[in-house]
Amino acid sequence: MKTIYIMWLREVKRYLRSKSRIIGSLGQPILFLLALGYGLGPIFQKAGAGNYFDFLAPGIIGMSIIFTAIFSGIQMIWDRQFGFLKETLVAPVNRLAIMFGRTLGGATVATIQGVVVLVIVIIAGFRPANWGLVPVAILFMLLVALLFAALGAFVASNLDDMQGFQLIMNFLVMPLFFLSGALFPVQGLPTVLAGIVRFDPLSYGIDSFRILLVNNGIFGIGMDLVVLGSVTIVFLALASYSFSKIQV
Amino acid sequence: MEDIIQVKNLVKRFGDFTAVDDISFNVKKGEIFAFLGPNGAGKSTTIKMLTTILAPTGGEITLNGNDAATDPDAVRHSFGIVFQDPSLDDELTAEENMEFHGVLYGVPTKLRRERIQQLMEFVELWDRRKSLVKEFSGGMKRRLEIARGLLHHPAVIFLDEPTLGLDPQTRNHMWSYLEELNRTEGITVFFTTHYMEEAERIAQRIAIIDHGKIIAMGTAQELKDKTGKESLEDAFLELTGRVIREEESSVTERMRAHGRMWRGGRR
Ligand SMILES: Nc1ncnc2c1ncn2[C@@H]1O[C@H](COP(=O)(O)OP(=O)(O)OP(=O)(O)O)[C@@H](O)[C@H]1O
Ligand SMILES: [Mg+2]
Repeated sequence: MKTIYIMWLREVKRYLRSKSRIIGSLGQPILFLLALGYGLGPIFQKAGAGNYFDFLAPGIIGMSIIFTAIFSGIQMIWDRQFGFLKETLVAPVNRLAIMFGRTLGGATVATIQGVVVLVIVIIAGFRPANWGLVPVAILFMLLVALLFAALGAFVASNLDDMQGFQLIMNFLVMPLFFLSGALFPVQGLPTVLAGIVRFDPLSYGIDSFRILLVNNGIFGIGMDLVVLGSVTIVFLALASYSFSKIQV
Repeated sequence: MEDIIQVKNLVKRFGDFTAVDDISFNVKKGEIFAFLGPNGAGKSTTIKMLTTILAPTGGEITLNGNDAATDPDAVRHSFGIVFQDPSLDDELTAEENMEFHGVLYGVPTKLRRERIQQLMEFVELWDRRKSLVKEFSGGMKRRLEIARGLLHHPAVIFLDEPTLGLDPQTRNHMWSYLEELNRTEGITVFFTTHYMEEAERIAQRIAIIDHGKIIAMGTAQELKDKTGKESLEDAFLELTGRVIREEESSVTERMRAHGRMWRGGRR
């Protein structure tokens, strides 16, 4: 329990101290919101698909969460590079507790980021369909964040230098994001693509945000919860297994 | 007396390079044991295997009665370590690094606070406890790592070149603290160093390793007698030869960096 707490605390402290990281990671969602929201909004409306800004907002929240969460998991590569990883490797504590603590820390950070983006879109005119469901939406954000922080940590446990980082960003994070239906509706996609979308865990995360924030989803909240929950458990288990196998 | 560290036929290969070549030795409980050898001899590699963060190619390690291969968790409960390379979190303050360690090692809160203050005063960093570690000089970081290594009182403490880059005051200071811990709590000390006078003065027993093999073992006096030399330094040079190991180690260093790039996670 204490292990989990101290690992969590470290992640959160490090985040709160890096102002550039906070500001940097808010820039991207805002850019997407402006460029796409105002750029594509009119077309979306003409196509009879409704208010694009309302559709896009949950997607952008998901985007900021997946980027921050995976990044925080991947930070383990830095720990390895700067040597701190050894300190956790020799610690006489359960590997799962270490992984869970650090993942929870990364997920907390990503959730804060998601909530900040939510506040920004609300300021920009977004209105949740039901304010009472906003806290539930935040819980789902935490779950999505946990999932991707664990994925990041799993990947980082299997890499040992920075070179892998770009690769991950280009071949993992980008596809996960673009194929999740964050930016466009997934109904009516070609079958192959629709199939892929169903294999992307972020799709279920975005879907749950849409259900809870704008009452417009496709998989159903129960399905989302089951998929997100079980994938998170699998990733956590994989991450702590890989972590226990790290050699320096 | 009981052997707290037992190493039998330990081997570590990196590709076809053998860094640790079939070594066996025991360290007694409460002993101060020095592990000496030229650069690239295999000292750190051995310590990494003893401390469960590197898997041996072959051989057996028992630490405090537990097998390092089958029960790494039990082994981790028995030792503390100061690594040769840095292992602090630069983005945390000095005190937070200590705190983190104390919590991970389950040192009870009250005792933890006391020891953190005592140790940080001891290495003269108490005034700087709120500074981020990235603002520290090399020597200050080293001092903090030593203080951290002593925060929980393990059965065995491994120190891999702990005094590298420290001024003589701090070095003497540190050794008297360790000798005190050794006397009062019976902590076993296993250390490496390139300062021969340090080993001669502190260690009760010394092993000399070269090219991955233990070539001599005994008290400083025994090693001197064996080689017929006046000082441990001369005995050491006699045993390991006068050739500088730089070239060899830089080649392997390069291969190592290469291997790291291509092999991915598993080193
Ligand atoms: N991960 C690795 N991959 C390949 N070779 C390695 C690796 N780690 C160590 N070596 C090689 O094993 C040999 C022993 O290294 P080690 O770090 O144990 O030496 P050492 O005795 O601690 O030396 P020093 O006094 O310089 O610290 C060296 O030749 C080194 O290059
Ligand atoms: Mg070494």
